[in-house]
Amino acid sequence: MIAFLKLLARNRMAAAGGIVLSFVVALAVVTPLLPLQPPDVTNTANRFLPPFSEGHLLGTDHLGRDLLSRLMWGTRLSLAVGAAAAIIAAVIGSAIGIVAGYFGGRTDNIIMRIVDMLMAFPYILLALAIVAALGPGLMNALIAVAAVNIPFFARNIRGVTVGLAGREFIDAAKLAGMGHGRILAQELLPNVVPVIVIAMSTTIGWMILETAGLSFLGLGSQPPQADLGSMLGEARSALITNPHTSVVPGLMIFVIVMSINLFGDGVRDALDPRLRSGALTRPRPATIVDRDNVPDGPGDGVLDIRALETQFHVGPRVYRAVNEVSLAVQPGECLGVIGESGSGKSVTALSVMGLVASPPGVITGGAVFHDGHDLIGAPYRDLRRLRGDKVAYIFQDPLATLHPLYRVGDQLAEAILVHHRVGKAEARARAVALLKSVRIPNAERRIDAYPHELSGGMRQRVGIAMALANDPEVIIADEPTTALDVTVQAQILALLDDLRRERGLSILFITHDFGVVAQLCDRVAVMYAGRIVEEGPTAEVLAAPAHPYTKRLIACVPELGQGRRELAAIPGLPPAVDRLPAGCHFAPRCDKAREICGQEPLPLARSGARAVRCRFPEEDIASQEDTA
Amino acid sequence: MGGYILKRLVSAIPVLLGITVIVFLIMSLIPGDPATAILGSYATPENVEKLNRDLGLDKPLVQRYFIWLGNMLQGDFGRSFSLNRPVLDEILERFNATLILAGTSFVLCAFMGILAGVISAARQYGLADKAITFTVLIGISVPSFFLGMMMILLFAVNLRWLPVSGMYAIYGGGDLPDLIRHLIMPALALSVVATGVIARLSRSAMLEVLRQDFIRTARAKGVQERRVIWAHALRAAMVSIIPVLGIQAGFVLSGSVYIEIVFQWPGIGRMLVDAILKRDILLVQGGVVFVAACYVFFNIMVDVAQSLLDPRIKT
Ligand code: SF4
Repeated sequence: MIAFLKLLARNRMAAAGGIVLSFVVALAVVTPLLPLQPPDVTNTANRFLPPFSEGHLLGTDHLGRDLLSRLMWGTRLSLAVGAAAAIIAAVIGSAIGIVAGYFGGRTDNIIMRIVDMLMAFPYILLALAIVAALGPGLMNALIAVAAVNIPFFARNIRGVTVGLAGREFIDAAKLAGMGHGRILAQELLPNVVPVIVIAMSTTIGWMILETAGLSFLGLGSQPPQADLGSMLGEARSALITNPHTSVVPGLMIFVIVMSINLFGDGVRDALDPRLRSGALTRPRPATIVDRDNVPDGPGDGVLDIRALETQFHVGPRVYRAVNEVSLAVQPGECLGVIGESGSGKSVTALSVMGLVASPPGVITGGAVFHDGHDLIGAPYRDLRRLRGDKVAYIFQDPLATLHPLYRVGDQLAEAILVHHRVGKAEARARAVALLKSVRIPNAERRIDAYPHELSGGMRQRVGIAMALANDPEVIIADEPTTALDVTVQAQILALLDDLRRERGLSILFITHDFGVVAQLCDRVAVMYAGRIVEEGPTAEVLAAPAHPYTKRLIACVPELGQGRRELAAIPGLPPAVDRLPAGCHFAPRCDKAREICGQEPLPLARSGARAVRCRFPEEDIASQEDTA
Repeated sequence: MGGYILKRLVSAIPVLLGITVIVFLIMSLIPGDPATAILGSYATPENVEKLNRDLGLDKPLVQRYFIWLGNMLQGDFGRSFSLNRPVLDEILERFNATLILAGTSFVLCAFMGILAGVISAARQYGLADKAITFTVLIGISVPSFFLGMMMILLFAVNLRWLPVSGMYAIYGGGDLPDLIRHLIMPALALSVVATGVIARLSRSAMLEVLRQDFIRTARAKGVQERRVIWAHALRAAMVSIIPVLGIQAGFVLSGSVYIEIVFQWPGIGRMLVDAILKRDILLVQGGVVFVAACYVFFNIMVDVAQSLLDPRIKT
């Protein structure tokens, strides 16, 4: 509750709205005590006095009545009527909603049918019909506005009640022999009240506007009594000659509704956990780059990742997802990067082309060289030209990564068209050829399918075809087979292997499965907590893992290539990357850990093709090099 | 597709019947002797007797409903006392004007709302976003009738750019440019609130979509950012924007009541208010049923548009 109030206060707009609203309400409450002139006393000699006239701060209206006084009394009336309508609508609507949600079945069905029927009306029209039947008058306008808002409350509250009615404490109450009435009043109601209050805070402004509207039309408050709406309605005939009589009540309605909206938005935002966690921020076209250390080029291989550092900045916390990672992919090579989820392997892959969601992602150091140019420092325009053309991606879950509303053929053709000036027909022909090259049967027909019409394996083949569209030099595959079942996974791996041999592709392959690495990759790098802990040719690492972590990873795979395995078989969890120990990050989970392991920083020790980051490695990679 | 439209049309029948029942029940709320209450100042003994006969008030409620419904189905909405002409003729004549006003407004608010929402989302927390968010907040807080009056003061009275009110100039008007000049202010005033609501929703729908994986895929393909936003993201966001367009169309249609009063627009909303003040119940009844039915059909069109946009909807 206190946190909520703090959040609310931090939102300056909401606070301003709250203050203005409280001020208006306070004024309305004390209006009868103020030394105002009587609002209804006419004085035709003083008609249409302008504002700041003597004795009439806001001037007078067409009957010579004091506008300030009428404004205050009108505000009081408008607020009272709006609030009353909101309360009536909330009480009746919520009661209906609770009954429908609690009893369910036929009761629910009938009630909700009627509610839907009422909501089929254009909103104000229904209020007009009710006023037409009951006759013009403030009370009737109030009833009409309340009535048309009842369905809104009924539907909202029913939804909440349905959720609650299935919970244990309701069952427990029923078992304890409590009657329906007592359960509703004592168990359900207290849980529903907050929702009702929020719904009211979002609709009360609307109801004030609506009753004012009916009065404006002459269907609400009748003379001489006046709310803000009827003041405006009466002033309308003198709009051109004496605009101040219109402006005064109109501005007041605006100020009231605006302050309610500001305040209500603040309340809603403070209650919405998604806004607090920043989950509703939009990722930029390219990851933000803010580097301290920039390694020199030109780099070696087709893709040279040098001392890459990528962090997530969430509020005051900094998560070091990727910590000085260096990897070089040689032409025609498949380099595997393996690690648990949260090890930073995917973030490494996405950093290359600036695809880490940003905010919160920031690349804080390092470089990625391709063709002698640093991709990290490249301006967005250059980066975009290279994306999908020279460096292409294959992502994990093809159902989520393909656009659900475009035909796969159009998505393929687009990949070609953004980089090459070819005709539509040519692009389509190429798309068919691509589908054939990833062995999709019936390619001419499948090209017009939507992603949801294809199987998981077929979708991933489309994903691969899309990556191949422009004959890239490097493909970065981010767990491309994880979402697939075992047989399909094997097929996709075989396909990738064939393609890379046919086309001489370089692949950076991200996975958590050593079986997959063994099948496809020439070399492998093992990542743990944002760092590379071991690197070397796949066969050598598999035969003689040097890092205790690698050894355990390999031990998790019962038979190489046999399906997927989560790495949970290793006891303990990877460390949270915002609180890393000073020395070896694996120390808390390592059997061989000694005191010194956790204390001093540990470099990646290279020897020939292999490298390891461990004080007491399982294998002496240096001596192995000698014997090899 | 044809089958889907037919299915939706059939499913509209119970809704339409429900609307007539609700209107009928509301009208039976009229306190006291309905004929006298309805006729008010027109209540001569002959008129009262004739209306009692017309309404079949001597018969039970259910029977009366079916008589009324049967008459309506045959195009007989009764006769307006205040205007002394068939209700349906008056409605059809007036509805034309409302359709021009509300239709223009709807196109305006859909276009401006989505535009503002998309720009706002694409520039989240930037200057454009802040400016749009604040403008939208003002837009949804200002009463449309007050806004209309202020527009008249500024653009018609002070600047003399546009005519004060009406649909055509009394002398020498009547052509399309004249209509457009008269239409600008009321259409804008009517669209402001809906524009704000649509802009807000479009913004959050876009933010939701922009975080999706397929947006990252589009970017990884090298698709230009402008295309990512206006093609990939907006296309996906439209799935949640379109239903809101349907709801807002209802607000625009019924909100035209205020605007028609302020701008002296000879539409169905002004007719309804006049009819209520004159207690011409048959005219109100017919007008409400007619507009509500139009809205039901509009919503069917919205559903059809949705199914065209989203191939995942089974048609
Ligand atoms: S450095 Fe020490 S704690 Fe870390 S992996 Fe090696 S032996 Fe284990």
